[in-house]
Amino acid sequence: MKKYLGPLSKDNPILVQILGVCSALAVTAQLKPAVVMALSVTIVCACANFIISLIRNTIPPRVRIIVQLLIVSALVIVVDQVLQAVVYDVSKMLSVFVGLIITNCIIMGRLEAFAMSHKPLPSLIDGLMNGLGYGLVLVIVAIFRELLGSGTLWNHPVIPQSFYEAGYLNNGLMILPPMALILVGSLIWIKNSKKSSVK
Amino acid sequence: MNELTDIFVRSVFIDNMVFAYFLGMCSYLAVSKNVKTAFGLGVAVSFVLVVTVPLNYLINRYLLGEGALTWLNSHFATVDLSFLSLIIFISVIAGIVQLLEMIIERFSPVLYQALGIFLPLIAVNCAILGASLFMQEKNFPTVAHSFSYALGSGIGWLLAIVAFAAIRERLKYSNIPKGLQGNGIAYIITGLLGIGFMAFLGI
Repeated sequence: MKKYLGPLSKDNPILVQILGVCSALAVTAQLKPAVVMALSVTIVCACANFIISLIRNTIPPRVRIIVQLLIVSALVIVVDQVLQAVVYDVSKMLSVFVGLIITNCIIMGRLEAFAMSHKPLPSLIDGLMNGLGYGLVLVIVAIFRELLGSGTLWNHPVIPQSFYEAGYLNNGLMILPPMALILVGSLIWIKNSKKSSVK
Repeated sequence: MNELTDIFVRSVFIDNMVFAYFLGMCSYLAVSKNVKTAFGLGVAVSFVLVVTVPLNYLINRYLLGEGALTWLNSHFATVDLSFLSLIIFISVIAGIVQLLEMIIERFSPVLYQALGIFLPLIAVNCAILGASLFMQEKNFPTVAHSFSYALGSGIGWLLAIVAFAAIRERLKYSNIPKGLQGNGIAYIITGLLGIGFMAFLGI
């Protein structure tokens, strides 16, 4: 069981393995798209891991990358269509980043490293856990950025009006893309210093 | 012509793939340990972008978009296959990368030595697929526009990775807090570079 929990903290895909950063940071200006993105990646990652693991013995090694890409993109198309039907506004906000789940390195990385050599059920769990680990970082970053950047959470105002009257201002810098990188950098810092103090 | 330069400059500086959209971050962080390899990867990315984006543009224009099949038969005016674009784009990219690898290996062993190891990496580089998807979203009027956009994005990416690699080479000699060493500082530097690039917003 411990093996599967690794991606949540010790082997976190974003913080430790530095995978899947590409599409992660652009969607974290607000909490809602970040959660939707995290869920989509988790679902695609788990399903793709499961399917690839089912057919792993029939894939010729030379064309495996193409096979993996095709399966992932088919899954992403399904997710994309569902998002457009169910949460249209968020899907508009995420725009190309839903499509970019295909090239998300977490998914390709897990397919290569885990699903190609393990049974379907463990692969499913592994995909799920990696997706959740990715989602965790996304949500943490998004909470900070939305709270400090626009004073809201899930589009509900959180900072009381009296704060603003007392001269509190939203930090506009937080909404800008570069701050996402700096926040993730700080998260890595916190994580690393915790690890070394445990040793 | 003016419009084309406009698109080019915009995609190099303002809509920079790395700093504005975080595309291609994985290889950006992994292959930026020294300037020479960073430059090689940057050239390879630009090369693939310049080939795949206009190709995907044509596919999108004449096969996938709404009413794109009208040239075949006027009954198809309402057919909209754009939901297939993801799978088609990625297949085109993977196929082209494979093809390029073979062509380069056959005709220019020197170039192959320099770019060869990067080419397989590029098929799954988000910047490549991202550029195609942005191209689809931006709805360029002609192939030339999409070409200019692809070239600009490629050069922008090249610029970003070379600048970053140069900074990283210097970093080896500086005192960084222990927990921040390695990836932590890499993210923060990218963030700071991004803030720098935002100064171009006014152009």
